[in-house]
Order: sequence, then C-alpha cells, then structure tokens
Amino acid sequence: MFHTEDFLKAFKPHRGDAIVVPGRGGKHWVRISDQPDLDLPLGDPAMGGHAAFAFGLALAQPKRKVVLFDSEGDLQMALGILLTIAEHKPENFYHFVLDNECYATTGGQPVPNAKNVDYAMLAKGAGYPRTYSFTELDAASAALPEILGKPGPVFVTMKVHADIENKPITERVRWRTKTWVQVVADLQRKLGIAA
Amino acid sequence: MNDVLKNDELKAHLSPETVLAQLKQHGVTHVVWLPDSETNWLYLLMKAEPSLTLVAVPREGLACAVAAGLASGGAVPVILIQNTGLMESGDSIRGWLFGFEVPVVFIVGMRGWNRHGPRTADTSSQYTEPFLNAFRINYYMVESDADAPRITLAFNEAKKTRHPVAVLVGDEYHGFLR
Repeated sequence: MFHTEDFLKAFKPHRGDAIVVPGRGGKHWVRISDQPDLDLPLGDPAMGGHAAFAFGLALAQPKRKVVLFDSEGDLQMALGILLTIAEHKPENFYHFVLDNECYATTGGQPVPNAKNVDYAMLAKGAGYPRTYSFTELDAASAALPEILGKPGPVFVTMKVHADIENKPITERVRWRTKTWVQVVADLQRKLGIAA
Repeated sequence: MNDVLKNDELKAHLSPETVLAQLKQHGVTHVVWLPDSETNWLYLLMKAEPSLTLVAVPREGLACAVAAGLASGGAVPVILIQNTGLMESGDSIRGWLFGFEVPVVFIVGMRGWNRHGPRTADTSSQYTEPFLNAFRINYYMVESDADAPRITLAFNEAKKTRHPVAVLVGDEYHGFLR
C-alpha cells in the first residue's frame, strides 16, 4: 500500500501531453501537474460517473491519451461502465483505480466487501485486454513505461492509503480552484475546440 | 386491407427515419443509449449510419456522464433512453449535465403513455413530466412525423440555453410494425 501523492509524482514524467482526469487524486494532482489546462480536476460532480466521463472524453479525442485516476468507491457505483468501455476499446484510454478500501471523504467507512474485491479481475472479465494490480509503489512506478507505452484500454488497480477527511464540509480546505465549466473551457481552448 | 390500415397507421406515428434525419441535421456524432420498448428499427438505421457512433450503456445514469465527456471533447452526443431510465438518472443529470452546462437532447420513449384512451396500468409516464418539471428540464412531446419540427426546437433550445432538453416520444416508434 502506498500514498496517492507519491504515485502521482512518479506518473508526472510519463504524462506527455495526455489529458488527465485525476478523480479523488485531484487534490494532490493540482499541486503536482505543470499542465493545468490539460487537467480535469472535477471533485465530485455526481458520484459514480468519473469513468463514464473520461471514457466519453477519450471517444471524442481519439488521438490524445486520456488518463483517469478513478477510485474504487466511484467505480463500485458504476461497474457496468467497464462493459461499455471494453466494447469500444478506446486505444487512448488509461484507467487507473486508487483503491483505498473506503469512502475517505465521508469519514473512512469501508466500501462493500472492501478487502476482498479483485477489481482487475472484474475489468478483465468485462473485456479489458490489459490489466495490472499493484500494492507497492516501486513496482507500480516501474511499470508505467509499459502501461502507457502500449495502446489502451488498460486497467490498473493500486492499493493506496486513505486520505480520510472527517471535518464538516464547510471546514475543509478547498483544493478546486476552477468551476467545472471553467475546467472544460480551458481544456477546449487548449485543444482548439470551438465552444 | 390490412396493408392499407398498416400504412395509414404508420403515417400517424413518428417514423425512425424522421428521428434519424433530425440527428443528422443537428450534427449528432454519438448516440448514447439504452434500448426502450420499440426502437429496434431505429437501432438498425442508426447502426447503418456511418456518421453516428452508438454507445450502449447498461444503466441510464451512466449516459449522462458519457455525454458530458463527449461534449467536453467536442463531440455532439444525444441520449436515447426510456422514461424509466430518465428517472433513474436524476443525480447524474444534476451533476454531469447541468453542472457542466451540456447542451444535450434526451430522446425519451414514453412507456405507459396513452393519449387517446384511459390511463394504462403502467405508471411510468405519470411520473415523467413531474420529474422533468422538478429538474427544470423543458420538453417537447412528439407523436407523429408532423411533430418533427419540435425535435429541431429541442436541439436549438439546448444549444441556446446550454441545458439538457427532452423530446418525449409519445407513441414510441412502432418499429416492429415494419
């Protein structure tokens, strides 16, 4: 098990010009990334939709890599999207899951069957052609060239420490600096997409 | 005699060709969908249309997030689902469509709708319009090819307001009458 922030730092040199949807890793990624216009730090628009959103983005931008840092709680709400992604097999889609075994933003309550779910097996069964599982930072970091160097879709699940938040929402530090609409507008400007 | 009745009946309904023409007219690139009761003929037409990519989802709420991602990347999605699935999608509509100001059109089969007779036992349609009103989603009912301009109204309104707008297909498509 390792810290999300450490993995994101290891990922940064391998990013290239990929679009990054940092999911629950967003609060770290906004400080690490040096290409904020290609980042989509969304927080929590509606839980269970990050993979579907990033997949839609990958379909719309097939020539550019889309890297998603999903979470197991979000994915559990929408396991069916694995089937849709696997059916379309977007070669530019890289699906990482940060598995902290709990709902960290609500106080750390365990997700259903937290310690016994093999998400990589679920993805494989859904039809993802490549899957990986990591529990150690060194192994996960060392595999990044291979993971990102071959076509997607690829599914990578990693055991990470939970960044548990137990304060009332009004007392938490806000890490998102842009609205969802601003985030998308910046991306579209960067990609030359007419709004 | 049966053929005449069948043709007259078809004229009174919304044909799948009309829906497909509307999708093409408004530059739709992706149809994010989950089948409703009578859209098989439309499915076959869409599948044969090279300008469209069909994205099937196993649960309707997922369609909203997929559509938000597509629109963010510059594509033009439409969401084709049944009213039951629309109601299942509530929080995704709030977060992914209103939150991102996605100008998307829902084309919604109105299961349980019956304009001319008594209420059907299926309660789906009774809840659909109150649901749309609660979410402040404007909608247009279409029941025949003569209503096709209302689909254009929906697309134009979605673009102008940057909000989702619904087209309610009152008598579904009757694709299986072919």
